Amino acid sequence: MHSLVKLIGVSKKYGAAAALHPSDLAIERGQTTVLIGPSGCGKSTLLRLIIGLLEPDAGTMQFDGAPMTPAHFAQLRRRIGYVIQDGGLFPHLTARKNVLLMAAHLKRPPSEMNSRLAELCTLTRFPETALDRYPLELSGGQRQRISLMRALALSPELLLLDEPLGALDPLVRAALQKDLKEIFARLKQTAVLVTHDLAEAAYLGHEIVLMSEGRIVQIGTLEELRTNPASAFVTEFINAQRGLTVL
Amino acid sequence: MRFASRRGGLQTAHRFKRAVCKPPLLGLLAALCVVRASTSLAEPILVGSKKFTESYVLAEIAQRAMENAGIPTEHRQGMGGTIILWEALRTNQIGFYPEYTGTIGEEILKESPTASTTVIREELAKFGVGITEELGFNNTYALVMRRGAAGRLQINKISDLRNHPELKFGLTHEFLIRQAGWRPLAEKYQLPTNNVSGIDHGLGYAALRNGSIDVKDAYSTDAKIAENDLLVLEDDLRFFPQYKAVFLYRLALPSKAIEVLHGLEGTLDEKRMIRLNAEAERTKNYARAADLYFQGDGAPPRATHTGETLTHKLIRWTSRHLELAGISLLLSVIVGIPLGVAASRGGALGQAILAVTGAVQTIPSLALLALLVPVPFFGISPRTAIAALFLYGLLPIVRNTATGLQDIAPPIRESAIALGLEPSARLWKIYLPIASRTILGGIKTSAVINIGTATLAALIGAGGLGEPILSGLNLNDHATILQGAIPAAILALLVQWSFDLLDRLLIPKGLRL
Repeated sequence: MHSLVKLIGVSKKYGAAAALHPSDLAIERGQTTVLIGPSGCGKSTLLRLIIGLLEPDAGTMQFDGAPMTPAHFAQLRRRIGYVIQDGGLFPHLTARKNVLLMAAHLKRPPSEMNSRLAELCTLTRFPETALDRYPLELSGGQRQRISLMRALALSPELLLLDEPLGALDPLVRAALQKDLKEIFARLKQTAVLVTHDLAEAAYLGHEIVLMSEGRIVQIGTLEELRTNPASAFVTEFINAQRGLTVL
Repeated sequence: MRFASRRGGLQTAHRFKRAVCKPPLLGLLAALCVVRASTSLAEPILVGSKKFTESYVLAEIAQRAMENAGIPTEHRQGMGGTIILWEALRTNQIGFYPEYTGTIGEEILKESPTASTTVIREELAKFGVGITEELGFNNTYALVMRRGAAGRLQINKISDLRNHPELKFGLTHEFLIRQAGWRPLAEKYQLPTNNVSGIDHGLGYAALRNGSIDVKDAYSTDAKIAENDLLVLEDDLRFFPQYKAVFLYRLALPSKAIEVLHGLEGTLDEKRMIRLNAEAERTKNYARAADLYFQGDGAPPRATHTGETLTHKLIRWTSRHLELAGISLLLSVIVGIPLGVAASRGGALGQAILAVTGAVQTIPSLALLALLVPVPFFGISPRTAIAALFLYGLLPIVRNTATGLQDIAPPIRESAIALGLEPSARLWKIYLPIASRTILGGIKTSAVINIGTATLAALIGAGGLGEPILSGLNLNDHATILQGAIPAAILALLVQWSFDLLDRLLIPKGLRL
């Protein structure tokens, strides 16, 4: 079976500065691919290209064998879930309405929506009693769980997460890492996760994509990166994080 | 919309046709204020008057004479000034109004002040306007002072003012800018010009009485001159032209109506006019003064407006006021929010929208009215007042809508896009609700400003609480001013409160935490 998403020679510039040099990448089904690298390495740019928030300057992108162009994104986005660092929840809607917004917009039957909501609460360990709270009434961890539920509501084929745990304190973060791993495994979810934390990358990712200055430097498991680094930068990046984390 | 029906049916049809060719904004207004066609032949002739006592009284006299001859008329009293009345007459919105020869020559036809009657008559005919012979009195401009102060300083003539640069001049705005007004006067008499300020005519008398000013311009037939024991300074260099009262009328009026106007020629000398003006100011009732004119003819006094109680008047003014402010606010909202949405996207269009709505704010209300009155469809109807209020109401709504939308955090915008909502659903379900607090704030500002500004409607005879305010200013009658000012202030407070309540209904709870 071919890859879910394929990027061939995709590049992006902001003005004169290249955010992403021509790059190739394949997102495999059922796997978690982690994009990692220092700030400004192009990992968020890559993610935003896949959800169509940015348009590539050159190259082609394919989703399930079909081209990903602005004309296709309107429909394509409903097959992709997107979670960002501060949740991006709509403050005027309750947690319940945030999760069900798209389903209600697409006029799904209420019974179907309610059972899906119950499933998602169980899956993400979100208390159903808190569903009628507004985002401002939720804790940071709860907000990210709602954001995840919203992204998963329509059972997307692809889940994109842009530093979803970046703003959480360490205990909440560890709990959510564990939950995410279980959720991905249970759903056999194809996911792309952006992080700058190598431990998180190693814990959640089947494959690590290490980036630097707009280029993909190496793709592999942490073990492969460690034993067979593509460049001195790879070793340097791994060593820089070793002292801070238990690997 | 009741007020739309009062105008002549024949004119309405072609005016409406022309109005729909206007830009979309005006077209929308036209569509909303649907004209009720009325083809009655007994449509009253509209009479205009300027906002000072004598003009009111002359119009009342003419109206009474018309009614005695069985011609129905309606008096639009106290309209903004020469330009508004002339434009209304020129464009066939009113049938006739009282005017002065000097004003016709200099201000309307821009002729030399000495232009002959024949020349003036020919010039006016080009506009389809006729002129009666003189009514009999000359109401020229004059400079007046408190008699005591003038005596102390030994001032009798205008040229005596030359040696007193300490005197404070309080002059009407019209006198300050008119061709035969302050500037050439000061030049001719070499008067000091460093101590001059503009003040309303009615208020000027109060200012003169309490010593805030020392010299003011007056009309030589003002009853207040005798009442306040003022000295009229001699125009020793013969600067002021003659201001003989006449009626200007549409040549197309029924010949019977024109006959009636000509019948008033030569019936009012200066003494009689001063007495009528004094009567109007004493009784605060122009109809009473007109009665006095006809008493010699044995005509019975008429009881029209005199029978209306204060409560009734307050209800009439207030409901008209709310009608003006309400309809214009609704239009501002309907047009302002989409404009604000467009402006929030920035770019040249966004800049242009904000610049134009901002520029409209800087146009003084009288000037805006003068621009709108000659436009077919608007004229001197409440529609003109509504259009002006609508334009003034746009900026707060457009700007707050644009700001509210621009302030939405990028993560929220991106989440809405990434979810797969189409642009219209993003706007309606996400962006507008999140910006609702700011947008409502703009609407609230507009509403409160509108209540205050709606008093301008009285300048074109469109009623509302401005009517007692203007007429009170004119008569220098504080009680009458307060009859308009207090309800207007209360209305503004009520509007403010009801919008505070509306906030709770319309702003989503999640944004009020």
